[in-house]
Amino acid sequence: MHSTNLATAPLHQANYAPKTFDLSKITLREFNQALHEVKDAAAESNWEVLNPKGSHAVAVGAEHAISIDVQGSVGYYCGGMNQNSTITVHGSAGPGVGENMMSGTIIVKGDASQYAGATGRGGLLVIEGNASSRCGISMKGINIVVRGNIGHMSAFMAQSGNLVVLGDAGDALGDSIYEARLFVRGSVKSLGADCIKKEMRPEHIAILKDLLDRAGISDVKPEEFSRYGSARTLYNFNIDNADAY
Amino acid sequence: MCGIVGLFLKDKSLEPQLGALLSEMLVTMTDRGPDSAGIAIYGGGNKGHAKVTIQSANPDTDFKGLDAELGKKIGAKVSSTVKSTHAVLDVPTEKVAEARAALAELRPNVRIMGAGEAIEIYKEVGLPIEVVKRFDVASMGGSHGIGHTRMATESAVTTLGAHPFSTGPDQCLVHNGSLSNHNNLRRELIRDGMRFETENDTEVAAAYLSSKIAHGQNLGEALESSLNDLDGFFTFVVGTKNGFGVVRDPISCKPAVMAETDQYVAFGSEYRALANLPGIEDAKVWEPEPSTVYFWEH
Repeated sequence: MHSTNLATAPLHQANYAPKTFDLSKITLREFNQALHEVKDAAAESNWEVLNPKGSHAVAVGAEHAISIDVQGSVGYYCGGMNQNSTITVHGSAGPGVGENMMSGTIIVKGDASQYAGATGRGGLLVIEGNASSRCGISMKGINIVVRGNIGHMSAFMAQSGNLVVLGDAGDALGDSIYEARLFVRGSVKSLGADCIKKEMRPEHIAILKDLLDRAGISDVKPEEFSRYGSARTLYNFNIDNADAY
Repeated sequence: MCGIVGLFLKDKSLEPQLGALLSEMLVTMTDRGPDSAGIAIYGGGNKGHAKVTIQSANPDTDFKGLDAELGKKIGAKVSSTVKSTHAVLDVPTEKVAEARAALAELRPNVRIMGAGEAIEIYKEVGLPIEVVKRFDVASMGGSHGIGHTRMATESAVTTLGAHPFSTGPDQCLVHNGSLSNHNNLRRELIRDGMRFETENDTEVAAAYLSSKIAHGQNLGEALESSLNDLDGFFTFVVGTKNGFGVVRDPISCKPAVMAETDQYVAFGSEYRALANLPGIEDAKVWEPEPSTVYFWEH
């Protein structure tokens, strides 16, 4: 299985100065526009954003294999729709970090607010602190690794992908979940409708081992996690429930 | 949407800067609520004296000679400080009820924004930057304050529909969200003797808390009760004479970020509102948990 430690491995050679964008001097639009004008990603792979001060939509729509270091905390939707880029937030992220990301990697060194990785279709989102409520809501193939805890209603209607939590999960984990896999190392305050604990088989240990390695986490073992997923009882309409509609 | 900011100072040396810090925080939240803005600021005040903040659409005529007329009517010394459409009347604490009744008679078009020994409330329609300039909020000092930028959903964009709402002495509340059972609750509170100025849902929440406090609950208990009795979305920040509290509904979809240092406790709907506070780089920054009451007191 492919196994690259994206969180800790330097992806770019630091033998030249990064392209620096100071958001106290330029507009966010100028920076986000520059992300689309990359001609040769390999030749300009090292980007840096200064003074984000909680700005919204930082590095939304990045599409090239470049590395973007955001020096500070960001607001809503950082890294939304990301493709190929590796975005590192050296601070905390507001609501919707990595929303609908397609590929690439987003690493949040601090905490993430609600609905981190919502509707994400691919790539890896690593949150080194805690994630708030609705983490991975409606996830559709993204992999999310949270070093701390996650809040209530996480993985609500999650469809595919993996959510890995080293700490605890809040109320109603995996409510109305489809086929996503949820791995929690700590406690789960409560499970949502149709979400159940499942056995850990060798293939799940392998998936977890790969994700932990790619997230740069070496101090916990895959065997310490429990797996949760869909009981699949909500997949088909049950005539006995007709009165509820 | 709507934006909320709050700042509770622990370090007295920051008190002269309270208004300036709050103004900057409030203006940062303009795009969450450009309809109207308001602040409640707590400070100063002399023992035995209450501040009654009043508002008028015609301040030139309504405020002229009001302090002398009111003083004569209630038999006490009354002084006033006019700030644009608002004025703060200084009256003896035991005469506040009399002053309220006298004001309704003397100036029927004047509205009472709030009253208490420490609280002053200023709110108007318009962009937050215009509102803070109109009242020169940046020059105000104090121990704690709460501000709100409004994007109206539940009632009209008017001065009285702006937040904060004050329904009890030195109490105020700001709200991000919308309540769905406010009409029923308003009817119950009216039966209980509460009076309302608007059709606004937040005024109901403020009156609900004031009513609980009037029935003997402390603010913490009143906020706990609100979690059972209020239906809808809410992040509330409340102020009292000495304190500052926060509570969010169980779903908590309305955002909230808090920061604490040795100098202050700060609240913002977004981190942007806190980004320029002194020492924010080393502050403890966190999101308040759902259904959890937070409270700080001097």
